[in-house]
Amino acid sequence: MFILILYIMAIFGLIYSFFKSKIRTKMAIKKALKSFENLLPQFLGILILIAIVLSVMDENTISSLIGERSGIIGFIISGIIGSITLIPGFVAMPLIASLLKIGAGYTQMTMFLSALMMVGIVTLPMEIEYFGKKITYIRNIACFIASIFIALIIGKVI
Amino acid sequence: MKNIKSIIKRYRFFIIMIIINIILGIYSPKLGLKSMKINESNILEMLKVIPPVFILLGLLDVWVEKEVMIKYMGKNSGLKGLILAFVMGSSAAGPLYIAFPIAGVLLKKRASFFNVFIFIGAWSTTKVPMFLFEVTNLGGRYALLRLGCSMISIIIISFVLNKILNKEEKKKLLKKIDEKI
Repeated sequence: MFILILYIMAIFGLIYSFFKSKIRTKMAIKKALKSFENLLPQFLGILILIAIVLSVMDENTISSLIGERSGIIGFIISGIIGSITLIPGFVAMPLIASLLKIGAGYTQMTMFLSALMMVGIVTLPMEIEYFGKKITYIRNIACFIASIFIALIIGKVI
Repeated sequence: MKNIKSIIKRYRFFIIMIIINIILGIYSPKLGLKSMKINESNILEMLKVIPPVFILLGLLDVWVEKEVMIKYMGKNSGLKGLILAFVMGSSAAGPLYIAFPIAGVLLKKRASFFNVFIFIGAWSTTKVPMFLFEVTNLGGRYALLRLGCSMISIIIISFVLNKILNKEEKKKLLKKIDEKI
């Protein structure tokens, strides 16, 4: 659905642009190709890295790693696993819901979910490409710390 | 020869990943096969998403004047820029690695670093479709509470990151981005 909207926008954009200025449209396509070419090495590397991480850390492994552990150790492990993995939210949330049902802690699960979304170890190379090493590392560390606070608050309130 | 060297250098991360993937396959054919299947579906997904995203980026780059971007998302855009960055990031879908090239074009058009950090944060955490999914899976109270905490965190982190970067560093990053796109 989202992809369809993107295509409709891109096609209408191109048609509109073409009628307004052929030269600019050509330039836009050239720029699109150039920025894609620039990113291709990082894209391909990250895709393979995602596949490696996902095949080693599938749903079963993740739930056995974070589902049964509680306390501070479970908290830390949840944060680390969340930072490394890159499973889509549509997979993660049902997984978390089912783990909560069998007794996993809210604090640990929230740590996993927040770190999963905010911290991106796998996408570091791409982030560095645009923001440099310093900002990328600080952003990810800050997001990890924020995840800790979010998890602690939610664990207390829920 | 020099050409091949530079290609290898550019693609070294990709090459290392392929080697690791092959080693994984030798070590455990089952995991190797699984990773190949994931590779296949991820590459297909990427091929689907990337053409329209990059065409839209190209059009944005050519048609949106810097002055317009500065007015709406630049240094002095204030609350308007902040809200716009949140809305843009939250209404998106798709993996985080698509957000970085978009952030690049925003910076090229001189959206402020603060707003671009907000955009990245929103893209990673406060996406609307994901929020709705969270409500159905984990309950409205949980989802709302987490959304509130996340938004506050994103604003604080973006503020801190913006303060940490000094003028010189910002100039350097912008120069690099201008060359890239």
